[in-house]
Amino acid sequence: MKVYADHAATSPLRREALDAMMPYLTERYGNPSSIYSLASAARRAVESARADIAGALGASESEIYFTGSGTESDNLAIRGALEARAGTGRHVVTSAIEHHAVLHTLQALEKRGAAEVSYLPVDEYGLVAPDALRDAIRPDTALVTIMTANNEIGVIQPIDELGAIARERGVPFHTDAVQAAGHIPLDARAMNVDMLSVSAHKFGGPKGAGALYLRKGVRLAPLIYGGGHERGLRSGTENVAGIAGMAAALKQAVTHMAEETARVSEAAGIVKAGLGAIPFARLTGHPEKRLPGIVSFVFEAVEGESMVLALDFGGICASSGSACSSGSLEPSHVLLAVGLPHEIAHGSLRLSFGPENTPEQARYVVQAVTDAVASRREMSPLWRDNKPAY
Amino acid sequence: MYTDKVMDHFNNPRNVGEIENPDGVGQVGNPKCGDIMRISIRVGGGETITDVKFKTFGCGAAVATSSIATELIKGKTISDALGVTNRAVVEALEGLPPVKMHCSVLAEEAVKAAIADYYTRKGIDPVPIVGCDGKCESCRV
Repeated sequence: MKVYADHAATSPLRREALDAMMPYLTERYGNPSSIYSLASAARRAVESARADIAGALGASESEIYFTGSGTESDNLAIRGALEARAGTGRHVVTSAIEHHAVLHTLQALEKRGAAEVSYLPVDEYGLVAPDALRDAIRPDTALVTIMTANNEIGVIQPIDELGAIARERGVPFHTDAVQAAGHIPLDARAMNVDMLSVSAHKFGGPKGAGALYLRKGVRLAPLIYGGGHERGLRSGTENVAGIAGMAAALKQAVTHMAEETARVSEAAGIVKAGLGAIPFARLTGHPEKRLPGIVSFVFEAVEGESMVLALDFGGICASSGSACSSGSLEPSHVLLAVGLPHEIAHGSLRLSFGPENTPEQARYVVQAVTDAVASRREMSPLWRDNKPAY
Repeated sequence: MYTDKVMDHFNNPRNVGEIENPDGVGQVGNPKCGDIMRISIRVGGGETITDVKFKTFGCGAAVATSSIATELIKGKTISDALGVTNRAVVEALEGLPPVKMHCSVLAEEAVKAAIADYYTRKGIDPVPIVGCDGKCESCRV
């Protein structure tokens, strides 16, 4: 059996997205900035996509900017906000479990003295405490950036509450909603955010397309200069097909969210229960406040990458936050931040489900993971007498 | 990312397990770093390694390097086994990704640690022969 259980890495392209893209990859190839009719068709596609995405995120059209990826949206929000506020402050508040698109951007800024960053700790479930944010904001704080939902452990932050704290203090708030968009309801206004990043390929759109919600009145400096596209904030001829595909995918995901969540939750529920029965296994992240499709576990005395390889042999695509996948000896910063010791954090496995996964596939995954953990442990020097021996 | 040879040794590891009452055991690595290898050996007449088994906690490359290391030293004399370098391990696997090279070093160290233990058990100082006693912190990074 083949099972794709890595939707948090990327998701299969939705049929509706491909259909929406095809004309702009074939006969409607005009540059949206030209003035003849071939170009107007492309311009209309871009603007109608903007309206659809705005609608799906509770924003108005003029608040949506297209980018090339979720990572670019994060970079634009962070670097753009700091540059726009240069001189008034360079302090940034973020969480310890952000995606590398945010963390590495901030670290690069710190290194060259362009930012001073406070990393808020998280509790054992990965949650940021609103009081910690309240205490961390200073008069020179120029930006708060905290992710909506975590890519490794699926935990969902109370963004509306955190956003309200930042707004009260007059500090712009950005949220990386790349993993959340299309999977849980998002309303940029209700979330009290000023900026919100999304990425098309996480909700059934194409790779290479992203968007940034930027609340009216919030200032950003561009990262990319040129022909003044996207109202001067992101120059470069629009990826028309990608934008059309992203909008079609998000519209589809939002319209069918209830039924898709039900299907995803069924598969994820079977796997969560099944893996929970393995001795010395624990669910990472919050038991309830989590994305419906992400099932994340650590298995003691087992190393994550070897588990992913063993599952691949059984036709299952999964991933691990293990050090070995990144080439360093450090396990995932997220798992360390929730308080797991190094030796246990190395044994992480993330399975992320999508609407096409069936209960039958979920049961197959449970069996395959159970077998993989048992066979890894059998050859592990850290496993003796049916328990971990550190 | 891995060669077919690495995947073969990962999926069908040779000589997994632990020798009962072994003549030498070496364990290197650290659970904190996500790699531990334990190699046990049986040494027969003429200082020949007649049996060898391994247990490994680690990534695909860690499993494959330990597996092939056991193949490379089985049936060899101790002095030949001491000539098995991490390079030889990598070559036998037809290559490893650069970030996984440390796994081949661990495999070499695990073999040396097992041989050092063999000499220590016999009351012979392993340092002049093996180059170390196989017990220092450098094998436990």
